[in-house]
Amino acid sequence: MIFTTLVEALDQQHPVALATVVRGSALGAKLLLDEQGLGLGTLGDEELDGAVRAVALALLDAEQSETRPFHTLAGEAVEVLIETYPAPPHLVIVGGVHIAIPLTDAAKLLGFRVTVVDPRTAFLTAERFPQADALVAEWPDEALPGLQLNRSTAVVILTHDPKLDNPATEAALRYPVRYLGAIGSTKTQDKRRAALHEAGVSEEDLARIHGPIGLPIGGVSPGEIAISILAEIIAVWRGKQP
Amino acid sequence: MNEVLAFIEAAQARGAAVALATVARTYGSAPRRVGAKLAVASDGAMAGSVSGGCIEGAVFEACQDVIQTGERQLLHFGVADEQAWEVGLACGGEIEVFVERLDW
Repeated sequence: MIFTTLVEALDQQHPVALATVVRGSALGAKLLLDEQGLGLGTLGDEELDGAVRAVALALLDAEQSETRPFHTLAGEAVEVLIETYPAPPHLVIVGGVHIAIPLTDAAKLLGFRVTVVDPRTAFLTAERFPQADALVAEWPDEALPGLQLNRSTAVVILTHDPKLDNPATEAALRYPVRYLGAIGSTKTQDKRRAALHEAGVSEEDLARIHGPIGLPIGGVSPGEIAISILAEIIAVWRGKQP
Repeated sequence: MNEVLAFIEAAQARGAAVALATVARTYGSAPRRVGAKLAVASDGAMAGSVSGGCIEGAVFEACQDVIQTGERQLLHFGVADEQAWEVGLACGGEIEVFVERLDW
């Protein structure tokens, strides 16, 4: 029953935490909690459930899983494994260009939900992006506000066309996205930064843009560049890069 | 996690019982994070991992035991541990793995 509910929550991409007694007489007892702290099951007594609930919600927010010591109502020292399943990360790709195809496929491998945005419908076909979760055929500055951009979101800007790239970058910077990267050489980056600065974007926000995009692994083909972009996103997600 | 879930669904669909091993705690260098899972079916099939491979053999056996006995266990592997020496925890860390039958 708990397992079925856990699988349903994961299918629907609802964040949940699963607590299990791993040391103590109630070995294996479980409590499944949703984001609001509503539970299914019990670890043995209400006080223990309550103490674990508070820790589990904090760990869910921090996207961490841990085993922690607790005490039961009867005073027994126990250890509880708290596994958290945050909502899956979301990759928003602006530009249905060639690189976006392997980037979508590789991001799916890493567990990202992938949305591709491009107003040019010739680029944005289901045949080109069979693995994408959503294709949005709108101008990026109109599409991005509707995509619930938050700290689980990475935005990658790939069109190479300032008419699309610059408004997309400006729109993405209005949200607390965890990663924002834009394609283009150092020269292109300088031009973009100057244009955005002129449009009123602060230096602080400009510093959030990763560009030239990706870790410098010398990638040449679209697949290699996709991997270098995802490598940089992983580094940011895991706290190895600002 | 997705590949482990898909494996469990398939195992249950063919009537196999499943044991789950989950990394509960790591000390020092460890290749897999807390929550990483290895699933083992009663017919010997498996999916996922709890280490880079160094303790998978011992954990696989514990999974087969728990399918039979239903007795949950918290396994501990470390460099100072004879058992870990036998199975060869090459990464030099310590790790605790909770093993249970999937009957919840």
